[in-house]
Amino acid sequence: MGSRKIQDSRQPIESHSFFGEMVATRDAYGAALVELGRRNEKVVVLDADLSGSTKTVKFAKIFPERFFNVGISEQDMIGTAGGLSLTGKIPFASTFAVFETGRAWDQIRQTLCYSDLNVKLVASHSGITVGEDGASHQALEDIALMRVLPRMIVIVPSDGFETKQVIDTIAEYTGPVYVRLGRAKVPPVMPQEYKFEIGKSHIFNIGRDATVIAIGIMVSFALEARDVLLKEGLDVGVVNMSTVKPLDTVTLLQVAEKSKFIVTAEEHSVIGGLGGAVSEFLSENWPVRMKRIGINDTFGCSGTPDELLKLYGLTTENIITAIKSAL
Amino acid sequence: MTTTIQSRDIEFLKEQARRVRIEILKMLTAAGSGHTGGSLSAADIVTALYFYKMRHKSEDPQWPLRDRFVLSKGHAAPLLYTVLALTGYFDIFLLRNLRKIGCPLQGHPSSKLLEGVEVSTGSLGQGLSIANGMALGMRLNKIPSRVYCLLGDGEIQEGQVWEACMTASHYMLDNLCAIVDLNELQIDGKCSEVMRIEPVSSKWKAFGWHVVEIDGHNMEEIVQALDETEKIKVKPSVILARTIKGKGVSFFEGKVEYHGLTPTRAELELALKELGENG
Repeated sequence: MGSRKIQDSRQPIESHSFFGEMVATRDAYGAALVELGRRNEKVVVLDADLSGSTKTVKFAKIFPERFFNVGISEQDMIGTAGGLSLTGKIPFASTFAVFETGRAWDQIRQTLCYSDLNVKLVASHSGITVGEDGASHQALEDIALMRVLPRMIVIVPSDGFETKQVIDTIAEYTGPVYVRLGRAKVPPVMPQEYKFEIGKSHIFNIGRDATVIAIGIMVSFALEARDVLLKEGLDVGVVNMSTVKPLDTVTLLQVAEKSKFIVTAEEHSVIGGLGGAVSEFLSENWPVRMKRIGINDTFGCSGTPDELLKLYGLTTENIITAIKSAL
Repeated sequence: MTTTIQSRDIEFLKEQARRVRIEILKMLTAAGSGHTGGSLSAADIVTALYFYKMRHKSEDPQWPLRDRFVLSKGHAAPLLYTVLALTGYFDIFLLRNLRKIGCPLQGHPSSKLLEGVEVSTGSLGQGLSIANGMALGMRLNKIPSRVYCLLGDGEIQEGQVWEACMTASHYMLDNLCAIVDLNELQIDGKCSEVMRIEPVSSKWKAFGWHVVEIDGHNMEEIVQALDETEKIKVKPSVILARTIKGKGVSFFEGKVEYHGLTPTRAELELALKELGENG
């Protein structure tokens, strides 16, 4: 059995890039994990009874000996992942973002970050677009919780194409990483020549009147808003700051120097997330007028993703209004 | 292979445990803060692990075939530091700088700062999950090493311990041995009064573990238990070690206040005398 597995892993791998596809980032993750598992024997995957939703089930079916379901016990999952990393494995531990970062925060702090363990936390179901499950399942604080931890890398991919690259990249990086994925399908936004690097954001363009710095699903809304405003004669730019930590301060200074106004846009609390990080840096280094678009210090509720995005002010229209009212 | 330990080996281990206790007391007196009671209660067990049972190389702390030790009750750091120093991981003089600024001997163990410490601990309840992960990883890597994890009895009030208990049993981690230091005391008082943990033995049995109950200060029983658990297949083992907090120093024994108090200079002198050492 063992030798057959080795042969399988040597077969040429057809890679699925997800370029140009309307796909949920969690689906791109599930597929990327399988490819990664074929290439790299060290990759192991853990889940806490949500493998069908986080899409780690695809890996589980092909590599059952390298998949560990710990049941509904997120704290134990983090510790077990930490222990596996100490034997040279590269563990990917997945569950919903709200449970991964909230329920097991102390384990992430004490076991993973303080010991600097090589564990990848890849959480699905972040943000308000979780939808009908409601506030208990919508992680609106996870970026803040992870960003505050020393040694932690925080990445929020915007589409399936970027997600695939993020997963490949973090497998080569040594140390704790948090990747925030979503449940809902998202439109493709990243160009074909795009190559993800930790800590490097993608500048679509920088606008003299305003630039929107966005992550996740908000990148597509920012691009739509930009196109509407360009037609109205405003010079508006968009940056995808998919690595929230370490912050791409080089790009931030570039944007702050050229843009009169900066909007941050995220499917997360305005406290402690991307908006928080950008404000902290710019207020000390290059103060510029800003507006943070995000969840305004409140819990979510049940509804369809589209209804919720409207209700909480996370739409193309909200970005347009924010820019127009500032200029 | 069966190991039959000679009586002179038991005497050797007892002597090592005595040295370990002496160094713990000296370092804690020098530090002026730290956890005396829980370091002394587990001293015999951890001595047996490092001087008898575990395969490890102080000259090669990352030796891939080494057995691993996870100090889940991280506040017993003085005990871990002492056995590491006495088995050659670092100079014994470093013990005098426990808890001092710039010293790798932190109040609770940091694996980033000190070779020989497998993983940082201090927030209770997390070590057994880590040990499980190590045991799973070794099994995948086809390495015949074992993982030992020391927990406190107050510590098993943490829910994560029981999550990890299920995981070890579910994955049949027979390369894992947990040891619970049952000294019956925690910071706020007796475990039975703060939060009852008994019946401890039937709890672990119910979770599918092989349970061995011993006197945690009887070196023959400790050695026998460690040898026995190595032979158990398909399930994880736990050694429930009945101990006395502050063991070895009459005026610390069973005293709840010596959880986090260190000896005064005068107490150290008396303690060293009791341990047969002229301070």
